[in-house]
Amino acid sequence: MSPRSGKRSGRLSRSLPAAPRLSWREYLTAETPSSPAHARLRQAYFAVLSFARNRLAVIGLAIVFLLVMTALLAPLLAHQSPIAQDLAARLRPPGGAQWFGTDELGRDIYSRIVYGARITLGIVALIIVLVGPVGLIVGCAAGYLGGWLDTLLMRTTDVFLAFPRLILALAFVAAIGPGIENAVIAIALTAWPPYARVARAETLALRETDFVNAARLQGAGPWRIVVHQIVPLCLSSVIVRLTLDMSGIIITAAGLGFLGLGAQPPSPEWGAMIASGRRFILDQWWVAFFPGMAICIAGLGFNLLGDGLRDVLDPKQR
Amino acid sequence: MLLTGRGARNGFALPLHALRRTTNVLVVVTITFFGLLLVTFLIGRVVPIDPVLAVVGDRATAEVYQRTRVELGLDLPLYEQFYFYAVKVLHGDFGRSVLTSNPVLTDIIRFFPATLELATLATIFGVALGVPLGVLAAANQGRWQDQAIRVVGLLGYSIPIFWLGLVGLLVFYADLGWVAGPGRLDVGYDDIVDPITGLLLVDSLLEGEWQIFLNAVSHIILPAALLGYFSLAYISRMTRSFMLEQLRQEYIVTARVKGLAERRIIWRHAFGNVLLPLVTVIALSYANLLEGSVLTETVFAWPGIGSYITNSLLNADMNAVLGGTIVVGVVFIGLNLASDMLYRSLDPRTR
Repeated sequence: MSPRSGKRSGRLSRSLPAAPRLSWREYLTAETPSSPAHARLRQAYFAVLSFARNRLAVIGLAIVFLLVMTALLAPLLAHQSPIAQDLAARLRPPGGAQWFGTDELGRDIYSRIVYGARITLGIVALIIVLVGPVGLIVGCAAGYLGGWLDTLLMRTTDVFLAFPRLILALAFVAAIGPGIENAVIAIALTAWPPYARVARAETLALRETDFVNAARLQGAGPWRIVVHQIVPLCLSSVIVRLTLDMSGIIITAAGLGFLGLGAQPPSPEWGAMIASGRRFILDQWWVAFFPGMAICIAGLGFNLLGDGLRDVLDPKQR
Repeated sequence: MLLTGRGARNGFALPLHALRRTTNVLVVVTITFFGLLLVTFLIGRVVPIDPVLAVVGDRATAEVYQRTRVELGLDLPLYEQFYFYAVKVLHGDFGRSVLTSNPVLTDIIRFFPATLELATLATIFGVALGVPLGVLAAANQGRWQDQAIRVVGLLGYSIPIFWLGLVGLLVFYADLGWVAGPGRLDVGYDDIVDPITGLLLVDSLLEGEWQIFLNAVSHIILPAALLGYFSLAYISRMTRSFMLEQLRQEYIVTARVKGLAERRIIWRHAFGNVLLPLVTVIALSYANLLEGSVLTETVFAWPGIGSYITNSLLNADMNAVLGGTIVVGVVFIGLNLASDMLYRSLDPRTR
């Protein structure tokens, strides 16, 4: 008998000599899992390994992690208040105490960028919370229930997908007025349909599988099946899609800020900071340059992470 | 007997099938257009600006106010208002722009060619560079070329275009002086070329104005290249994944076993089969550029539909905003439809 079978639970294992202690790596890579929890851990370990092999994805994860930490620790990292003005020190070039220079009101650009991470990540978090569940439920319901509901929901997504997102968001913001909350609403209203599409496609493939049929035979109602059997399996593709879309959402939000329709001054939103630096771009390039770099790095982080996640969670889409 | 019967039935069924598919597509397009109208109508109704006050001004008496309200049809129930709105839009009447005091349609016709010119040139850039890069990445899957191209592509998704435009102007216009600045032409060349197509590059050539042509080129090259970078990102990524899918097929193995040169396998065998789905991708990226041009035009002071919409937006000129949105939406739907049709007519399997 191999030493591993000693891990098996039950009376049998107790009568056997004590199993040799496995190192955590041996435990995680065991060929036969000893319990459902072990199987899940093992699978997660392999997923982590395959993710870690993708160097770009790890870089992406690191960027996103740093971004989150920056947002959380903003008061500790910033040198001064993001809205503290010092007109005597306006438009100072980078260097000295002002790492990225100062803007037209003498505000420290570095501190503003650090605080801006809070706004950007706040937008990202809100959009995830608003868009992910809605898209998931709409898509799964449409795919599973079919019939007129499916037609209605999918035609609705067609309409939204047929518009250019930014222009629709612009029109929404024009109607409900500029501001960061309205920008988030506008982006969310235009962003959910792709998730519904992804979730629906997955659901259609799952609908006739044996385990769903088994659940149906056991008497589970449609909502129970959708929520317990289908949604968990659609989740990974929706997460991948969300991560990949994050940079687009960051850019759209910054674009609205740039046009003066998103966050309003003196809020240190990166897009609005670029807009205010636009006037000085030829002589004081740093005012617009660094916020733009921040957007690029944040966007790249989410893109690299999403790309890596897709390879791990969804190998067929590679 | 049986065979001919089946053949005849097939021959008969085919056009019917195609007809049904066309009707289906048309129904979808109609519904989508209806949705577009509905959304713009609702946006127009939730605007906090009172449309009556915008017409009569805030000093009008209650009587004048009421009369204008009736004239504008704002006393009708919403569905009737929507009906009249739809009828007007279908007749090409988007109302008057407050900002330019022209009918919105006239404005759009004037501004649209500039956007078209920019988006077309950008798409040409994107296709000319994106397709070869995608093929190169797929042919070297997992190697450094692939990683480098992946990063270039992902950067295209991560960089805000309005910022890249500013940096581009700083470097190539202000510092190096390789390209001309914002706008479509230098001020001195304005209004010399009569608009025939509205596309400056074409018009100046048609009229033999070489200097103007060169000036227009030096103005358009930077925004078009930057905008093209974004379609490059999308096109190269899609090309790569289509190519990888083909390179996994058995006929590629067969070709390799036969000893064909790798270059021939990639470009003749695999790439030939990738062309078809690429058509759809290119049409979609073209449609997306119309959107990307909104911010690009703002940065480069490009007098196109994008800056028209944003300018109107900042001046609360809702007729112009909604008219512009409808036109861009229609072009978007049209391009989607065109790519769909093109795909069907090119792919022998869908016949």
